Amino acid sequence: MLNRLKPQFWDDRITDNGPFKRLFNFRRIWKLAVLLISCVAIVPLFMLAIFDYNVTKHSAETQINLRLTKLVSNTDRTLSFFLEERRYALDFIVNSHSIQQLSDPQRLAAILGSLKQTMGGFVDLGVIQASGEQVCYVGPYDLQGKNYTDEDWFQEVVERGLYISDVFLGFREVPHLVIAVKHKQPDGSFYVFRATLDTERFNQVLSQIELIGLGDMFLINRQGIIQTPSMYFGNVLDKLTLDVPQFSDQAQVFNIENNHGQSLIVGYSYIQGTPFILLNITRMDELMRPVHRTLFLLVVFIAISITLILMVVMGVATRLVNEIFKADQHRVRTLREVEHSSKLASIGRLAAGVAHEINNPLAIIGEKAGLIKDILSFEKGHPRQDKLITLVDSIQASVERCGAITKRLLGFARHVEVKVEPVSLGAIIRDVLAFLYREASYRSITVSTDIPEDLPRFVSDHGKLQQIFLNLVNNAFSALSDGGTLEIRARLEQDENIVVTVKDDGCGIPEADMERIFEPFFSTKKDKGGTGLGLSITYGLVREIGGTIQVDSEMGKGTLFTITLPIHNVESEI
Amino acid sequence: MKPIRVLLVDDETEFVSTLGERLSLRGIEADWVTSAEEAMKKIEDTEYDLAVLDVKMPRISGIELKRILHKQRPDMQFIFMTGHGSEQDFHAGSSEAGAEYYLVKPVHIEDLMQKMNEVLSEDAD
Repeated sequence: MLNRLKPQFWDDRITDNGPFKRLFNFRRIWKLAVLLISCVAIVPLFMLAIFDYNVTKHSAETQINLRLTKLVSNTDRTLSFFLEERRYALDFIVNSHSIQQLSDPQRLAAILGSLKQTMGGFVDLGVIQASGEQVCYVGPYDLQGKNYTDEDWFQEVVERGLYISDVFLGFREVPHLVIAVKHKQPDGSFYVFRATLDTERFNQVLSQIELIGLGDMFLINRQGIIQTPSMYFGNVLDKLTLDVPQFSDQAQVFNIENNHGQSLIVGYSYIQGTPFILLNITRMDELMRPVHRTLFLLVVFIAISITLILMVVMGVATRLVNEIFKADQHRVRTLREVEHSSKLASIGRLAAGVAHEINNPLAIIGEKAGLIKDILSFEKGHPRQDKLITLVDSIQASVERCGAITKRLLGFARHVEVKVEPVSLGAIIRDVLAFLYREASYRSITVSTDIPEDLPRFVSDHGKLQQIFLNLVNNAFSALSDGGTLEIRARLEQDENIVVTVKDDGCGIPEADMERIFEPFFSTKKDKGGTGLGLSITYGLVREIGGTIQVDSEMGKGTLFTITLPIHNVESEI
Repeated sequence: MKPIRVLLVDDETEFVSTLGERLSLRGIEADWVTSAEEAMKKIEDTEYDLAVLDVKMPRISGIELKRILHKQRPDMQFIFMTGHGSEQDFHAGSSEAGAEYYLVKPVHIEDLMQKMNEVLSEDAD
């Protein structure tokens, strides 16, 4: 799967060792491109996301603080109002009754009854004289005649005119608090009117308040003793584990960490005129949950975006680099082909020059030998005349042979130049084989040809055809082991094409390589100095002259190349 | 029978002199020169039946020389020798010059003799 996705250039080995080697490291170019484009695309996205997250977080925190402050101060007002309501009720009672009326237990019981009915929460009422003695008491306990002179709270109410107690457990283990007011009489004396409230109503007020998140709202006194039920911080009258917040005359919010390392947000307010501090403690993560949800969505969005960006970037980079790679391959191929054909042309010119230069002395040798033979023949009488004539004949035969070689070389070299002319396929194949017959005979390779004499001549490029067959025969020779067989056949097909088959019984081509054998630089002979260009050039040449080439091969059995050449301009045999 | 007079023209002295000697041995009156200029001078005072010309010579080629000599001696016949390529190539290159007889180097003396006879007998016709 990965191999299929792997682009062509991935495994390309750098063959250029020049100073510009770097420029041809396509894997590096790809990596650079991916890195650069990804950075350009992803970094701003990241920055934006981080910026957005911070802004959102900050604004969420500000809003939470604001809401908490508001909640705490509102609750503060509600509680103050609750207590003041009760205090004014006591004030009203002392102002509207004389001490004598209040000292009447029946009257006091009636007042307690109506207070319970209207306001609720009143447990008992008591009237205490300036001497500290409780002169009248109605309620569940027997406190009649109790003296409070030494009690701190009595001192306080005497001094300040009002006293609101901390919450305490009464005799029935129910939390209570006391409100006491001092009433001055016209004659200058005073008495204290005291009421005990159960905190149930107080708690109700707190529990009715709609809390933000899962906050815990309760009261403590200034010593940090919990006054009303708390969900998480202990029971009533337990000591709060957190420090008592600093005094402030308005609602405040601050952050702390609890013992478990959780971040808590604390809103508090000192309720004026009372010993109470209102606390609202909330876990920060609960409050920040919507923000975290947004953050999660943001992260998911960024992850998807980055994946998409990376995919697109990699796709685009792969495509681009592959295009460059292909263009480069094409460039190298063209260069090599040019190099190859110019090499061929040089070899051609060199061959022609050599052939021409050799031909003249050869002619002289031939003529001189001829003259010797003439002299011997015309002027008989030399003692070893026959032997000499045989020797001269053999010189002449060698000259003949050399002449044939130079003639062939000249003929071959001439066709390296591009030239379209009527050609005879039989002659071309014979020429090619003549070049290789020596190798064939050394290696005992049997070369058989079956080319009908009446094959029509056709207009094509003589040189290209020569090269095509030279390459194919060379290729077959390198695949053949000594003693192998090479068969070249040609036939006319429907008067339109000439089909030539070059068949060897050599090693064959592995199936895996079949698709690639016409690719440039693909060679199975690299260790033997193959350039990997032979068959690719052959393929190109066949295409150039309008033909097709096909290969069939079986490992160990041999290879068959089939070339189909169109004969558009058939020339009748001259 | 009057012997055949032949002028051999080729820039290779060794070749042309040997060829001349061999023809002489066969009873042919063969003169040889090594350039077109010498050939032109030669035919001024001698009458030849036939000229055997090398196609490729410095300055004036065999084909060019044939045109010049033909103007001076319209009766004279010509045979070409070439050291290049196949017979077909020569044919294609020189047929326009009117050379119908050609031989490829290295030349067989028998072939040359035969060609000469062909040319001259054709001329006699």
